[in-house]
Amino acid sequence: MSWNDLKHDRRVLWAGYAAIGIVLAVLPFLVGAGLGNAWLRILNFAMLYIMLALGLNIVVGFAGLLDLGYIAFYAVGAYLYALLASPHFGLHWPVWAILPLGAVVAGGAGALLGAPTLRLRGDYLAIVTLGFGEIIRIFMNNLNAPVNITNGPQGISSIDPFHVGGVTLAKPLSVLGVTVPSLHAYYYLFLLLALVIIFVTIRLEDSRIGRAWVAIREDEIAAKACGINVRNIKLLAFSMGATFGGVAGGLFASFQGFVSPESFGLMESIMVLCMVVLGGMGHIPGVILGGILLTILPEAFRHAAVPLQKYAFGKVVVDPESLRMLLFGLALIAVMLYRPAGLWPSATRKRELQGGSK
Amino acid sequence: MSERPILLEASDVAKHFGGVKALRGVSLTIREGEIYGLIGPNGAGKTTFFNCLTGLYVPNGGRIVFAGAELDTSAPHKVAARGIARTFQNIRLFAHMTALENVMVGRHQRTRAGVFGAIFRTPGTRAEEAAIQRRAEELLHYVGIADRAHDLAKHLSYGDQRRLEIARALATEPRLLALDEPAAGMNASETGELRTLIEGIRKDGITVLLIEHDVKLVMGLCDRVAVLDYGEKICEDVPAVVQKDPRVITAYLGAEAQPAGSEVAHG
Repeated sequence: MSWNDLKHDRRVLWAGYAAIGIVLAVLPFLVGAGLGNAWLRILNFAMLYIMLALGLNIVVGFAGLLDLGYIAFYAVGAYLYALLASPHFGLHWPVWAILPLGAVVAGGAGALLGAPTLRLRGDYLAIVTLGFGEIIRIFMNNLNAPVNITNGPQGISSIDPFHVGGVTLAKPLSVLGVTVPSLHAYYYLFLLLALVIIFVTIRLEDSRIGRAWVAIREDEIAAKACGINVRNIKLLAFSMGATFGGVAGGLFASFQGFVSPESFGLMESIMVLCMVVLGGMGHIPGVILGGILLTILPEAFRHAAVPLQKYAFGKVVVDPESLRMLLFGLALIAVMLYRPAGLWPSATRKRELQGGSK
Repeated sequence: MSERPILLEASDVAKHFGGVKALRGVSLTIREGEIYGLIGPNGAGKTTFFNCLTGLYVPNGGRIVFAGAELDTSAPHKVAARGIARTFQNIRLFAHMTALENVMVGRHQRTRAGVFGAIFRTPGTRAEEAAIQRRAEELLHYVGIADRAHDLAKHLSYGDQRRLEIARALATEPRLLALDEPAAGMNASETGELRTLIEGIRKDGITVLLIEHDVKLVMGLCDRVAVLDYGEKICEDVPAVVQKDPRVITAYLGAEAQPAGSEVAHG
């Protein structure tokens, strides 16, 4: 049996899924025990970034609309959660109400911010979306006077942890006799929602709507001539992408317990865009890989930079933060030079060969 | 031919680009079931007329009546919804989609699955998807490139790309198919096959509007021909008459062919 036969055997496929499932299930315990809670937190953030990257992938990867302000929708979701479930306004809405509301509000914001940009393309679209992203952040920063809505630069703290009924993820949970610490519980929650978002993205890609998005990316004029209402389909892309951002934002607020405008700067937007582009624009597994790598590698580097320098020079020569940006830039250049389509691009060529042999 | 009902009636369609008058009030009438040729020297305004008709340009004047009702050309998808499909002079396919997917996109307007249906794959959506794919396969077969269904559009040969574009246009269920220079760059045998294809499309009840430079193809294929020159219609008749019209000869061959003509030669 060749590798190709193996790959198409259903049993092998299911065994593969089962193996991945087991690894994902025990991962937090391995990471928690082996590397400590700091790394478990990073793992949780990787899940959030996967959700963000998949959301942005709909806009940039599928529909081909370069959006540099995507983090604004993450901010909308996070602030909505913070305002409705914290002592700031004295509101403590249940999670099952806030998260869907966050998705809807972020989706609405996506369509609203998308609408004025419909006629723009490429560089111009990027500049305008960048501006919109900053506007949202500056709003969060300044909406503390005359009426204090967002508490300005201080941000909102003591946000309710994720809780359903009487069960809260802030304290260790006891499930079937096994004690699941808080960080682990958040991991499973984020994993579940990341899987839902992956599922939704896969379904959307292979649908009438997904084809319309790609058609617009490939040739907008031809798409119009084919009867696609380009305006609506673009707004739908902005809106769907923003929805994912809103969900991720709500989870972020509940996990962190604190939000401030600082978390939603331009650098974050660029980071998410890099996950999409480096991973492989428009290719779901590539985007997931991009999200994981760009969350974990910088952290790994941050943890390694100081001990390595102490070992080599006896003291810290370069600040790890500036080194990190340097290496990040170099990595970007290297990927663009050697793998311009991303680390894991979609196998269009492979699909062609498979189709040809039918 | 004249007993056939009118499908499309354009009156005084005008388009200016700054000071350039690309169309100076063109009127023409296309009857149901005919193959109508639109010819003229380069820059005569043929493609501009196509773009006005299909909503890619906003005309500066004139109106178009299609199938008995005013045609709203304010957006291309509205034109497509009314039943006018087109191809492009410089082929515009979705290069990184397969041939099959290209045609499936053409079904967009005639289907309605939304986000909800796509995510939950409701029975209705699944049936619709299957129908889209079946129809797309039929159309690829119809234009004769069924064996290339799973190849990327950009990897198809030039002639096959032209066929694919026609299949995609047919997927929108048009009553009028507007072809912009479909034979450009084709050799004699490919042109012959294209001719058979266009005749077949007409036989299936679709009216064809054809822009073409290949005079032999136009004269052999079209029921009636209109000639544009400098944004004006200078002649409209059956091919045999058009061929002999002195104004047409002047437009194509220049003023020397008709010494009395005062217009500068071009084209």
